[in-house]
Amino acid sequence: MTQKIKDRIGLPPVNAQKTNMTCHFCIVGCGYHTYKWPVDKEGGRKANQNALGIDFSKQVGSLELSMTPAMTNTVKDKDGQAYNIMMVPDKQCVVNNGIYSTRGGSMGSLMYNDTGPSKERLKYPRFFTGDDWVDFDWKQAMAIYAGVTKRILDKDGADQIMFNAFDHGGAGGGFENTWGSGKYMFSALKTKMVRIHNRPAYNSECHATRDMGIGELNNSYEDSEVADTIMFIGMNCYETQTNYFLNHALLNLQGVTKDKRKKWFPKESIEDSRFIFVDPRRTNTQAICEQTAKDRVLHLQIEPGTDTALFNGLLSYVVEQGWHNKKFIAQHTSGFDDALKTNNMSLADCSKATGVSEADLKKAAEWAYKPKASGHAPRTAHMYEKGIIWGNDNYKIQSALVDLVLATKNVGRRGTGVCRLGGHQEGYARPPYPGPRPAPNIDQEIINGNGKMLTVWACNSVRTTLNAQRYQAKIIQRSNIVREALIQSGGGLSTEQMVDVIYDAVSNKGGLFVTTIDLYPTAFAKLGHMMLPAAHPGEMNLTSMNGERRMRLSEKFMDAPGIAKPDCLIAAGVANTLKDMYQAEGNAEMAKRFEGFDWNTEEDAFNDGFRKPDGIDSQGGGTGSLVTYERLRAMGNNGVQLPVKEFKDGKLIGTEMNYMDYKFSTDDGKAHFLPAPWTGLPEPVEKLRGKHKFWINNGRANHIWQTAFHDKYHSFRTERYPMAPIEMNLADARDMGIESGDVVEVYNGYGSTYAMAYLEPDMKPGHTFMVFAYFKGNVGEVVTDWTDQNVLPYYKGTWADIRKVSSMADYQKTVSFKRRRYS
Amino acid sequence: MSKITRRNFLKSSSAAAAIPLMGSTGNALAKENSQLTDTGIILDYPETIVSNSSQLAVNKAISFNYPDNSSPCAVIRMGHVVPGGVGPDKDIVAYSILCNHMGCPLNYDATTRTFKCGCHFSMFDSEKSGQMVTGQATEDLPRILLSYDKASGDIKAVGVDGLIFGRQANVV
Repeated sequence: MTQKIKDRIGLPPVNAQKTNMTCHFCIVGCGYHTYKWPVDKEGGRKANQNALGIDFSKQVGSLELSMTPAMTNTVKDKDGQAYNIMMVPDKQCVVNNGIYSTRGGSMGSLMYNDTGPSKERLKYPRFFTGDDWVDFDWKQAMAIYAGVTKRILDKDGADQIMFNAFDHGGAGGGFENTWGSGKYMFSALKTKMVRIHNRPAYNSECHATRDMGIGELNNSYEDSEVADTIMFIGMNCYETQTNYFLNHALLNLQGVTKDKRKKWFPKESIEDSRFIFVDPRRTNTQAICEQTAKDRVLHLQIEPGTDTALFNGLLSYVVEQGWHNKKFIAQHTSGFDDALKTNNMSLADCSKATGVSEADLKKAAEWAYKPKASGHAPRTAHMYEKGIIWGNDNYKIQSALVDLVLATKNVGRRGTGVCRLGGHQEGYARPPYPGPRPAPNIDQEIINGNGKMLTVWACNSVRTTLNAQRYQAKIIQRSNIVREALIQSGGGLSTEQMVDVIYDAVSNKGGLFVTTIDLYPTAFAKLGHMMLPAAHPGEMNLTSMNGERRMRLSEKFMDAPGIAKPDCLIAAGVANTLKDMYQAEGNAEMAKRFEGFDWNTEEDAFNDGFRKPDGIDSQGGGTGSLVTYERLRAMGNNGVQLPVKEFKDGKLIGTEMNYMDYKFSTDDGKAHFLPAPWTGLPEPVEKLRGKHKFWINNGRANHIWQTAFHDKYHSFRTERYPMAPIEMNLADARDMGIESGDVVEVYNGYGSTYAMAYLEPDMKPGHTFMVFAYFKGNVGEVVTDWTDQNVLPYYKGTWADIRKVSSMADYQKTVSFKRRRYS
Repeated sequence: MSKITRRNFLKSSSAAAAIPLMGSTGNALAKENSQLTDTGIILDYPETIVSNSSQLAVNKAISFNYPDNSSPCAVIRMGHVVPGGVGPDKDIVAYSILCNHMGCPLNYDATTRTFKCGCHFSMFDSEKSGQMVTGQATEDLPRILLSYDKASGDIKAVGVDGLIFGRQANVV
């Protein structure tokens, strides 16, 4: 295929195939339609000549169209026929109403095309032969992979077989794939030695709120349209949950939804809404909101890691003012008095700990919790993300926040909610995790020399872990032991002999056999021995749910590259190979463990997992059996919000808001307050703060999705960020002779990484912000090994020194270093 | 006086956006053919005088329409050499000013020298070939390719690099 045309787009003809697609990047899950048509059958410009129904013979008006070159592509099916595709936002989807983000809008051009940005996709299983990677078919790949697995399982037990695995929805996830992989790992292999894609153990990012009886996705995006106040905590939704912000929350601040608020709550006084931002950093989201209504935006610019102190101070003040809901607390909760006592903090102490003035603390409390003129309690939504999840003691911050929310009954009422905004979409259906809580720290096990085999499944966890430098060094060292054994084996080995060599290396020499299952040859894959090629939405049917529990079916419309397969079918392939191996040696008992994977399609996996919820952990709850592919297809891009209540008149009826009956997810149905005393920074982090000059805050940026698995091949992204950028205060940088575009080293006792300096006037002195999980620069290398009680990292909590390494004339010439905050 | 062919012009423009035309009187984008070049720009564009280098004040956006009256654009002299800049100081650039995200009109902010969209808050750097600073577009801002006639000082629009919002093809 040729250079992409930049000044013209081929239109879908009226009879183009049209299928549903939920954007498979961020949690918001915008609805799209995919059009597909033979390359020689283009539609015409007249409205009745193209499938979009738009008249292109004249200029189309503003906001009437979402169609860009990045939404188009030419793909080939296995029959060799070439098709044009166009993936455009769905105006009728209530999530995005035709709006798109820079990430989702690029979906079309990122579908597999052997000359496009995705040309590096894995087409076949690959095996490292000593000096090169060779392609195998599935049979040979399974013979080696299952062969090593079986040998270790038989001789050493399942705990020597470790995984770093996805647990989410969207690309590299989905209910089909979490089930397929989960059933294999937990029911068949029965290993507990699994960590999740972005953290070193098998745990929840939301243990505290769940322990308190409140699932973390408890409202709808519409609630942000009707809230009186939204408290945004440690998040930057313009950049990372874009159309939640643009199509819902922002409309509230702009007053667009004021009539809706009056209609929904006719007895309450409805004032202009207010947004409170809790963040040490002034984000672009906040900057945009200040442009809209500066006097209704409040920034609580807390010192790093002091969220718990903030919420405790607010709770104490609110109770002192009598703004808490005594009746609700008495009827539907337990543990209030203990929590209040433990969390007690005066405003003065809170101000001292957080660095926020007492006046602003009072203002925040009044905006969020003081009864309205009509006497009603304000409807305040609390929306948080990685500032809490990767913050100073995940469990404690979340407890302190939910204590405040419960005391003021800001849950279970429309316009309220205490919710994470989310990263990926969700899509969890797995047998119960067989390990304890806290779960073992798998990365530490690997560093300690434990584990003989590691499968890295749809993640790139050298980029998404803490203490990453030490971890990566150990992976390299242990992987190389296996590589060396294979090289020195002399060749001519049968598969069985190859398994012998690998097993000897991992059993007697300290090696680690590493396999990755992914779309691409990732940074982790390149350190290992085997790569298995996976598929993503569009190449398979896939179900996920978004941040308001909205489940949709993304429909397959093209073939995966080469012989790549959905993860659930890869899992089934491994399980079936093991079953056959055990049967062949007459071990019926073990063969039985690997039964139940007789799936031909991803729908078979869906029907086996999500639709049979008894005894499993599923985000579909107990009514998953009501959901079928056919029913979901009929629900289109609006899908259904889980849990499903019923199937009626041909429609799935869902749940807009949880806990409206105030029956919480605990044994006694009451929400449980949890004590959360403010105790400062963890000791190793406090030590770093004393030793190093810069706080290395880190997180996501607008352009980049996840570990940049597509983006690193996409010139629109890489021209913007040729390496991981780090935002720095102007004076700080210039004191060290650093200008935008310079390559700097970020280093402390834990490790060292590199980044591209980006001078930003909004950064406070001593503060920096580095993009997380990007390539050419890995902030995890300077993150401490400290975790909370459930093994959740404190990625945001590290201090380091910075030095200039190199000037990069090309970066300075081609990369924009304009201020990233809208002004 | 060498006449620049459409294909040569576009090939060179992929590296430097536009090159000065020494007293050219012909159509810089001669409608020789519509063969795809390595620029990805395939359409036949009109040649339109949009300003004169002597009339362009530094950092002031001047409006014009191109390639037709439904497509608002702006030309700016940056006052220093910029990528794709034309004119005696290689500092004149032009862009479509319909946001290529969803078509809202862009405002030129002379303080930051960026184009800004008030609908969805995308920002484009006028000094870096329209690179999106932050925002929701999927491509950089479409650039109007310019040529400069040294003799007269005329700045002519001769093509567009990138798809103008609201169009299936830039030349309707």
